[in-house]
Amino acid sequence: MSAPLLEVRNLIKHYPKVKAVNGVSINLYPGTCFGLLGPNGAGKTTTVEILEGIHTATSGEVLYKGEPVATNFKNEAGIMFQSTALQDFITVRETLMMFAQLYPHNTDIDKLIRRCNLTEYLDQDNRQLSGGQRQRLLLAIALVNDPDIIFLDEPTTGLDPQARRNFWDLIDSIKAEGKTILLTTHYMDEAYTLCDEIAIMDHGKIIAHGTPEELLAAHFNDVILQMPATDIPNVENLPFAVQIKKGLIEISTSDVNKTIEELIASNISLAHLQIRSRNLDDLFIELTGKALRA
Amino acid sequence: MFLKRFFALLSARNKEFLRDKSSTSWNIIMPILIVAGFAVTFTSDFSDQYKVGVFSETDSGHTQNTNVSTFLKTKHIEFVEIADIEKAVVKIQRHQLDMLIDTGQQQYWINDESPNGYLVEKILNAHGESGLQKQSVTGKEIRYVDWVIPGILAMNMMFSALFGVGYVIVRYRKNGMLKRLKATPVTALEYLSVQIVSRLLLIMAITIFVFYGTNFFIGYAMHGSHLNLFLVFALGAVSMISLSLIVAARITSEETAGGLLNLISWPMMFLSGVWFSLEGTNPIVQNVAEFFPLTHVTAAARSIMIDGAGLLENTYHISILLIQSTLFLLIGAWAFRWE
Repeated sequence: MSAPLLEVRNLIKHYPKVKAVNGVSINLYPGTCFGLLGPNGAGKTTTVEILEGIHTATSGEVLYKGEPVATNFKNEAGIMFQSTALQDFITVRETLMMFAQLYPHNTDIDKLIRRCNLTEYLDQDNRQLSGGQRQRLLLAIALVNDPDIIFLDEPTTGLDPQARRNFWDLIDSIKAEGKTILLTTHYMDEAYTLCDEIAIMDHGKIIAHGTPEELLAAHFNDVILQMPATDIPNVENLPFAVQIKKGLIEISTSDVNKTIEELIASNISLAHLQIRSRNLDDLFIELTGKALRA
Repeated sequence: MFLKRFFALLSARNKEFLRDKSSTSWNIIMPILIVAGFAVTFTSDFSDQYKVGVFSETDSGHTQNTNVSTFLKTKHIEFVEIADIEKAVVKIQRHQLDMLIDTGQQQYWINDESPNGYLVEKILNAHGESGLQKQSVTGKEIRYVDWVIPGILAMNMMFSALFGVGYVIVRYRKNGMLKRLKATPVTALEYLSVQIVSRLLLIMAITIFVFYGTNFFIGYAMHGSHLNLFLVFALGAVSMISLSLIVAARITSEETAGGLLNLISWPMMFLSGVWFSLEGTNPIVQNVAEFFPLTHVTAAARSIMIDGAGLLENTYHISILLIQSTLFLLIGAWAFRWE
């Protein structure tokens, strides 16, 4: 494996009444997408903003290309914040050109416009952009300086499913160019689809770290059988434990055949039975005892 | 890179202001309306009070002159104590005083071109000859609108500087725009320089437009250099923009910023000698007014327009404005936070 592009060692950020980041250590390797997951207040945005140079750490070390982060880091980093206002009365083209002029080195702006699908909206006032158009413009701004490392903080929050899918394609194409991405997200499907490596944070600490597959394999060896609660009138008579969530009965089992046989033996209809693998949502609940969006 | 970044931000900020039609038009229309209102109101002939200056420093017993004593009790005439007789004579020349009486030297001054002076003289002599020696002066009238226009232009600059910079920075901080810029190579100094230059250009453009636009219809007294006048306005604008940077340095709430800006602008508006002369007001008020940039801009601009003074004669006001600009700018830059 090549040397990390960004190394974070024992990062700590303490505020007067809270330890927002409490000893985070991660490595970001060139050309990979690293996902930082966690519920609100876990410390992921604070961590990312320290790496971006927006906040300073109480202690710890951040190395970029093996050296402590220096002022030229901003020239090589692309940043898309969770929420950023754009200047009013300025068009998409003018916004892009303004940000381009803030950096000594730029990417091909015309290519960037086409890639982020902004051609149609170039002369539109920033105030008139839809959520998806706006997110694509913010991504284009993050890419305007042809960065080596890109920070994307919950980039698809608030987008409709189609816009999210389109955004994922964009991020995939950026990754394909060999760019390094640090992504924070609430969406597990997003992390699973985009990230080569993930870290789950809670209370300012990394509580799990690895590839999505490694983490799932390490924590689960079962699958979930789901069926409507109305299909099993006498749950207490079943020979195994179940969980009821939002009108669905969930049965965890490592032996699907045996469980199905037992359901049939109990005269339960399997017409609405669904079987699903464990996912990152399950992993998070398993690790923290709470839902990811809590 | 500094200039490239500077002009990129400056261009964007100027476009934002100029395309905001409601804001731009309000910045132009508001001062025109105020000037027009004052011109119409204070050039009408319904002033019902005469103003007589009384210099009594060398009084050797004017009360013995019964005609003068009776005159000094006349109703509907405002008698003002005069400390400096030379300045008061200038006011007679400008029709700012209708008559000046020196009770010690037993003489009075009127302006032969002043209708009010003529009438007040008739009142003085209504009970027989006053026994005072008449001194005649001449001089064109300085209308209230001539006197008040430097202050109104300066006041408009003040509102534009305070709210156009301070409020905008706080709004950008609140909505995350400043944080986004912090993530770029732009430095705080570059950003603040852009705010100052952008607003200075806009203020000066509007001030010059309003000055010449309203002057075309009203015709102000302008005895000094136009260049000197606009240099003083530019310096005053820098001073007040710098003051707004202090207000906007760290605040994240537009409501707090608005309250603080009002707290600063309203006392300045009333206590900086824009609407009335501070002469004869409480010494505490006069001392407080010395701290306001608006006081010095107004006084310097007024002396250039009415007295024909140059920059040298305004060394005191210009020095204060320079010191205030530097001080405010340093504090504002030191205290500035992107978030």
